[in-house]
Amino acid sequence: MSVEVTEQPPPASESGSDAPMLEIRNMTKTFGSVISLSDISTTVRAGKVTCVLGDNGAGKSTFIKILSGVHQPTKGELLMDGKPVVFHEPRDALDVGIATVYQDLAMVPLMAIWRNFFLGSEPRKGFWPLKRFDKEKAKKITREEMRDMGIDIRDPDQPVGTLSGGERQCVAIARAVHFGARLLILDEPTSALGVKQSGVVLKYILQARDKGLGVIFITHNPHHAYPVGDRFLLLKRGKSLGDFDKSDISLTELTGMMAGGAELEQLAHELEQEGDTETSAIGHEIAADIGTGTTS
Amino acid sequence: MTTTLERPPAQPQPDERVARVSLARRLLVKPEFGALVGVIVIFVFFSFESDVFRSMEGAANWLDGASTVGLMAIPISLLMIGGHFDLSAGVQVGTAGLATGIMTTYWGLNVYASMVVSLCLLLFIGFINGFLVTRTGLPSFIITLGMFLALQGINLGVTKQVTNTVQVSNLNLVPGYQALKDIFGSQISIGGHKFQIAILWWIIFTIIGSWLLTQTRFGNWIFASGGDPNASKNVGVPTSRTTITLFMLTSAMAWFVGNTQIIRFSTIQAQVGIGQELIYIVAAVIGGCLLTGGYGSVIGASLGALIFGMTQSGIVYANWNSDWFKTFVGAMLLLAVLANQFVRRLATQGRR
Repeated sequence: MSVEVTEQPPPASESGSDAPMLEIRNMTKTFGSVISLSDISTTVRAGKVTCVLGDNGAGKSTFIKILSGVHQPTKGELLMDGKPVVFHEPRDALDVGIATVYQDLAMVPLMAIWRNFFLGSEPRKGFWPLKRFDKEKAKKITREEMRDMGIDIRDPDQPVGTLSGGERQCVAIARAVHFGARLLILDEPTSALGVKQSGVVLKYILQARDKGLGVIFITHNPHHAYPVGDRFLLLKRGKSLGDFDKSDISLTELTGMMAGGAELEQLAHELEQEGDTETSAIGHEIAADIGTGTTS
Repeated sequence: MTTTLERPPAQPQPDERVARVSLARRLLVKPEFGALVGVIVIFVFFSFESDVFRSMEGAANWLDGASTVGLMAIPISLLMIGGHFDLSAGVQVGTAGLATGIMTTYWGLNVYASMVVSLCLLLFIGFINGFLVTRTGLPSFIITLGMFLALQGINLGVTKQVTNTVQVSNLNLVPGYQALKDIFGSQISIGGHKFQIAILWWIIFTIIGSWLLTQTRFGNWIFASGGDPNASKNVGVPTSRTTITLFMLTSAMAWFVGNTQIIRFSTIQAQVGIGQELIYIVAAVIGGCLLTGGYGSVIGASLGALIFGMTQSGIVYANWNSDWFKTFVGAMLLLAVLANQFVRRLATQGRR
């Protein structure tokens, strides 16, 4: 399997001159009368990281589920390498190379690392009715792929439940890369992690990017998104607040928009108006934080 | 990408880190370990209490008792590892035997044809169980409890309707019976002592079941479906198909056991199997299966059945009051569950 991957042409050259790996055009999703996403557009390129930022309820989950084939968009289209694609089920998305690393990591804690690594795509050997799971191969590849990501697992037989959050994340990413993912969707990979572990995961994101993969990094933390991202899509209550290239937006602006921009500005203003020195100081602080104090 | 993925060939380093996990600990984490200890303790104990127990004749007896439970404990343990229960497994044994019996002795159908029909019937029951569980998402406990009660009524009702009694008998008068008796109900002589052939079947099916669980892709899916069905679905494991297959395997084994019973004794009671469903679960749990699914062992379940069989016979051989047998089984069960909980904590928390 690893040999096959090596022989594959790099996805960047495959996708041609300028067509992005994945383009999302005017995507809208409604559930009954609830508009979950409305008119969202962005692009993902090979070897680049597109960050999708939004607070709770912004529509991030719906966004992921459409890209991974769990839901179908009500309106709008997806273009893979410039060609329109329709995903009826998760398998379809996997087939074109979109792999989603879910928040819960789609791993079974009680099962060994190698069993998890190949879950759903087990290598087999032998002939029916003696066809069996090629365990040696699975263990060997698991160890190699993990070493590639810079993690030396002690024993592939240990249950995933014994790994740290960062290590689990790494298994999930390594698994997606191994199974020929061209585009990785990472669903809040840092949300449950401490500062150090988050840094480790951000490093894996950059490693995946450097391998030529397109990455969609879903997060609510602009401080995690900004250092690794090349493009930023901001969602709020199902609407796009903008789709920026890194050169068009600063971390301060990003944070400001994430934190609710205009509303926070309003709040800061109100607090300043209170007259009370303490509250007005808080108002000033918020204003400085969201960058309105200097920019506007 | 080409350059980044060209990795140095993996050095065949013997993993010295594995050795750090002590042997005792590695054994302890095996799900069947507790049951193995139990088997040894109980064997030694009753061997001291009774000469007959440790004789070949005694062994033939308690192995026979263990095999009827053990055969069913195999698919039940797979089902439990897959995250489900089948409370109708016991009565299904009765349904299978009664169906074969009624079709042959009362309706005059060829005995082989009857067995095929009863197999189809049982597979259908298993399918319904699995289908309802996967479709409704209701706990299998409730679905199969319903099936248990329904079949219990059908077993009795149909038997009474057809035979005017509560049993089906005289299968030995049916043409073709002898060949079936050789397969399902004969005895094998080892060192002059007769062992039921069911014991052999039990061993064979234990090996097959264990192979299925630990060596095949389907086995991986069983662990996964029981461990975390959502996560499994997300990575492409057909969890519904796995669950339905497990229920059908359970029913297929109930067919085997039910037919073994009617062929061996040439008669079967309408109430047969009622109450046994819990014994199968007890064997599986003593064997290390977690009630929550995702963890367990087929060999463990068979060892659990062996403990059950040894205790059942041992109490009689030791001249104890057998009224207390169930108390003993209950204590074993509690002990096993506590041990399992401890083992799982070891397995999931790992080294800190």
